[in-house]
Amino acid sequence: MDRFPPELDFAVTDSQKETSALPITIRNLTKRYGPVFALNSVDLDVRSGEFLTLLGPSGSGKTTLLMAIAGFNRPDSGSIQFGGEEVILAPPHKREVGMVFQSYALFPHMSVADNIGFPLKLRGIGGTERISRIEEALETVQLSGFGERNIDQLSGGQRQRVALARAFVFGPRVLLMDEPLSALDKKLRERMQIELKHLHRKLGVTTVYVTHDQREALTMSDRIAVINDGELVQLDTPKRVYNRPANAFVADFIGESTMLPLTRNATGALTFRDQLVGEAGEGRDWTLVVRPERLFLADAAAETDERTIVLKGVLREAVFQGESEMVLVALDGDTELAVRIGTGGTANPAGGNIGGEVYIGIDRSDVIIIPGGRAQ
Amino acid sequence: MAGAAPLHEAALQRQHRREQWSILSLVVPAMIVIILIILIPLSWLFYLSFLGDDGGFSLENYHKMTQYKSYYRIFVTTFQVSILTTLACIALGYPLAFFLAQLPPKWAGIFMLAVLLPFWTSLLVRTYAWLVLLQKRGILNEFAVQIGLWETPIKLVHNMTGTLIGMAHIMLPFLVLPLYNAMRKIDGDLMHAAANLGASPVHAFWRVYFPLSLPGMVAGALIVFVLCLGFYVTPAVLGGGRVIMVSNHITAILENQFDWGAASALGVVLLVATTFTLYLAARFFRFDAVLFGRD
Repeated sequence: MDRFPPELDFAVTDSQKETSALPITIRNLTKRYGPVFALNSVDLDVRSGEFLTLLGPSGSGKTTLLMAIAGFNRPDSGSIQFGGEEVILAPPHKREVGMVFQSYALFPHMSVADNIGFPLKLRGIGGTERISRIEEALETVQLSGFGERNIDQLSGGQRQRVALARAFVFGPRVLLMDEPLSALDKKLRERMQIELKHLHRKLGVTTVYVTHDQREALTMSDRIAVINDGELVQLDTPKRVYNRPANAFVADFIGESTMLPLTRNATGALTFRDQLVGEAGEGRDWTLVVRPERLFLADAAAETDERTIVLKGVLREAVFQGESEMVLVALDGDTELAVRIGTGGTANPAGGNIGGEVYIGIDRSDVIIIPGGRAQ
Repeated sequence: MAGAAPLHEAALQRQHRREQWSILSLVVPAMIVIILIILIPLSWLFYLSFLGDDGGFSLENYHKMTQYKSYYRIFVTTFQVSILTTLACIALGYPLAFFLAQLPPKWAGIFMLAVLLPFWTSLLVRTYAWLVLLQKRGILNEFAVQIGLWETPIKLVHNMTGTLIGMAHIMLPFLVLPLYNAMRKIDGDLMHAAANLGASPVHAFWRVYFPLSLPGMVAGALIVFVLCLGFYVTPAVLGGGRVIMVSNHITAILENQFDWGAASALGVVLLVATTFTLYLAARFFRFDAVLFGRD
């Protein structure tokens, strides 16, 4: 029984198919640095027109993968195809890939218009057409009238937009972005996330985005490819990656979570503190993953039933964090659960009662069971 | 004390002034040295150059320069040697600096030693070493004749060729250091971006890398050129009396005629020419950017 409705796969509309939205097919891509696998036989299909994020901690291989798609590093073996065309041997300047660099990599000796016009000039597009396409690109990134500026006269957010305009102005087959928002402050970053997503919808170009920021990945992506130690760990929609992590790494890396080891009862069902949690296959250890925001403080009368599981514990600490309050509840000596509750109204009945007894509830549909022992 | 008075205002200001003075005092020794060994002798030089035979003010020394064709030739030679040396340094130094800038910093440091090692050896030693290498019965000629590169030993020294070879060797580090520095500062992503946007490696180099390395190259070329203008040892030894630059002539005037006035006037003209070169450079390139690598 799948408790979750199947997620709607990102639908490619007809209008998007008209643009050059090519799928990317990656097969057995391997890159070693000495004994370390930066990429270990990675298979990945990026669908036509989708916004796919490569998410992983630093050193996971996500940037290596992006650079391999762009042609900036040479993998040891494997295949990369753009819409069926093998590009693994093509030099970067023949790949027709647009890329936004983490440092933006704007040419400091050229004006904004010359930066954006650079790829057009190289393609023999001159005169009025170049001017109008530069103008159009500037308009798309909301920088009309900035063409004559020098790069050092622009703010970080503006540079970001110029880098973006330069990357798509020549109609690339694929758009790549390497942590393009990491240099911006939080507010601007969040606004640019929405803008980038909007722009992607407008252009319809197949986009591969690299980030180590799980929140950014969840916000922007059609699908997320979680990468760790050079391997693709999970490829799924943001909701599924969050709600159905494939293993402890994904559960731990994306969102907050507490992992609790499960035991089997006499009938073979998985239990936590004698509370029936779920069923699972044979062998192996299984772990219960609980998200702090999916837990709630229940009143003393609450009991475990078909819909919810209730656990008893002692309130250790309550930390006010503005939009929410983090409550730490000790189940016993060394097992502590984090519960995130709203701060509106009388959301926290446990309030100042530190050291007091509390009951924590979780809806059974919010229960996540993953294979393997405890991550920590 | 009135209650409304700003607290400790005077004391804080005193502290601030004291700090400024203590920083200023750091330059005092250097200032004294500059005044003693540069400004005073330079003023003396100017003064001497305007003295006539009778001990009064006169433009005689400068007038002489326009009269004799030999002076004209000396200036032409000086600029010729300086320009050719600078060009040779660029031709040799640009690829070298580019190579060094591509290496991982650790390796670049080791290779840089190879550039700097001659820099730390005595100028005179290096110049005489070239004399040994380049002379008619020197290693280079013997070797070239033996492998049949040319049939009879050719004159590589005591002429313009020898002077240029020696000077280019001595000046090379002055070009490579600022150029390498400028190249190191070029964000590697820029070349990636250029390639990504469709530029072939050759295109990316000329459109992106070269313009960005230009300030470093100009800085290095300027240093080389200005140093060449006043160079003495190498043309004296390797030129064999056939390559007479301004400083060589100044020595000749002093040794043969003991004419301080004429020598001073020549020195002043050289100084003015050098200053003028720097002024021109400052007009065409932003000077602070060129000299200090700012962008």
